[in-house]
This record gives sequence, structure tokens and C-alpha cells, in this order.
Amino acid sequence: MASDPPARRDRPLSPHLQVYKPQWTSVLSILHRITGVALALGTLLLVWWLAAAASSAAYFAWIQGIVASWPGIVLLIAWAFALYYHLCNGIRHLFWDAGIGLELGPARASGMVVLAAATALTVLSAVIALTPAGAPA
Amino acid sequence: MSFRTPLGRVRGLGSAKEGTHHWWAQRVTAIALVPLTVWFVVSILMLAGADRGAILDWLGNPVTAGLLVMTILAAFHHGQLGLQVVIEDYVHNEGWKIGLIVFVKLAALLFGGIGIVSVLKLAFGG
Repeated sequence: MASDPPARRDRPLSPHLQVYKPQWTSVLSILHRITGVALALGTLLLVWWLAAAASSAAYFAWIQGIVASWPGIVLLIAWAFALYYHLCNGIRHLFWDAGIGLELGPARASGMVVLAAATALTVLSAVIALTPAGAPA
Repeated sequence: MSFRTPLGRVRGLGSAKEGTHHWWAQRVTAIALVPLTVWFVVSILMLAGADRGAILDWLGNPVTAGLLVMTILAAFHHGQLGLQVVIEDYVHNEGWKIGLIVFVKLAALLFGGIGIVSVLKLAFGG
């Protein structure tokens, strides 16, 4: 193996999701990736929103109308969940990087905390954003 | 024939001559994004349904505009680093892999740049 040219050596592969029995930790792990990719796309919409605000009042009012429509609200709630999940699970990853909580028990427990926190923060944000005082026009 | 172990061969800066730079940059941007994201989400929630005048007032404060520029910089840098890893893991055709990574990096520069210019324009009064 050591004498093989580098290109033909067997490199470690990421787990093949199709043949990998879903477990609590692995499902949360792939969810970190999925929410990360979703947030990368969502950030483009944020830039669009900022560019609209920088362009004109009419264009911004138009985009705020889309944000306040029900597909817009559903998308925002999904985006909020992705953001809160990736944020909370990212903090979990930083603890792992410091060597804390890598054992199976704590890793499962912190995963449950992350999922509960992300769900609670999403619900809380939706309630705050949709209460009449701050309701989209 | 080399008698060095695989670990011995990747010591130092490794085959990409980059060392742990990518890993570190992803962590540093992640740490920066924890407080920036919390600040941004709280701000956005308070701006729900706002008109353009409220956005102008909000970004007229230089601290706010600076924080938002930093949020955009950290978010796009972190995002393109993360997408690069996803592409490296799942796209095995070398041409597609390199092409997609270059595309993601250039797109991050373009859209991050548009976002920052938009914030600055609003910060200077729209």
C-alpha cells in the first residue's frame, strides 16, 4: 500500500448514507450538512433583500410583500430552523473540537438538547415575528 | 518504496501544502458567527414588517452597519469553506469537483460583495 502512487491508494470515504443504518447521532450529523447547504442558499436571499432595500422604496416594498406572503413565511420559518439548528449544533461541534462531550452518552444527550433548543427558538421567533405589533404589513 | 507511515507522510503541511488552514478558518468564522448570528436574528425579529425608512435608520448607525458587514463576510467565508468540503466528499469526478469548488468560491465573493455594497449604500443614507 505504501508503494502505490497516491492517486490509487484507498482513501477514507465519507459514510455512504444509503447503506448506513440511521442512528440518532448520524441523522443529526447529516442534518448539520443539509442545514448548512440550505443556509448557504438562504444567505443569497438575504443579500437579495439587502440589495432591494438599497435599490428603491418600491422594490423593497415589493420584496417585503413576498416575505409577508404565506410561502414567504413558511420559507422564513424553515430558514430560521436551519439557522438555529446549525448554530446550536455548531456550538456542539466546537465543544467536540475542544475534546469535550465526545463519549456516546453525552453526544446523544447534547444532540437532544440541540434539537429541542432549535425547535423552541424557531417557535419563539415565529410567535414574535407574527404577533400583531410586529406582524408583516 | 517508502518506509514512512501514511501519518508520517502527511505531517507538516500535508499534500495540499495548506496544513490545517482550512479547518482553522472554518472554526474561527464559526466562533465569530455565534454572537453575530444572535445579534442579527434579534435585529431582524425587531424589524419584522419594517419599511425602507426603518432599515435606513437601523443601518445609519455605523456600529450596526459594521456588524452587518462582518456578519456577511464571516457567513460567506464560512459558507464557501463548508460547501467546498461537501463537494469534496460527494463529487468524485475531478473536473466537476474543481469546477464546482471554483464556482462556489467565485459566487461567494460576488454575492458577499453585493451584500456589503448594499449595506454600505444604506449606511450612507440609501
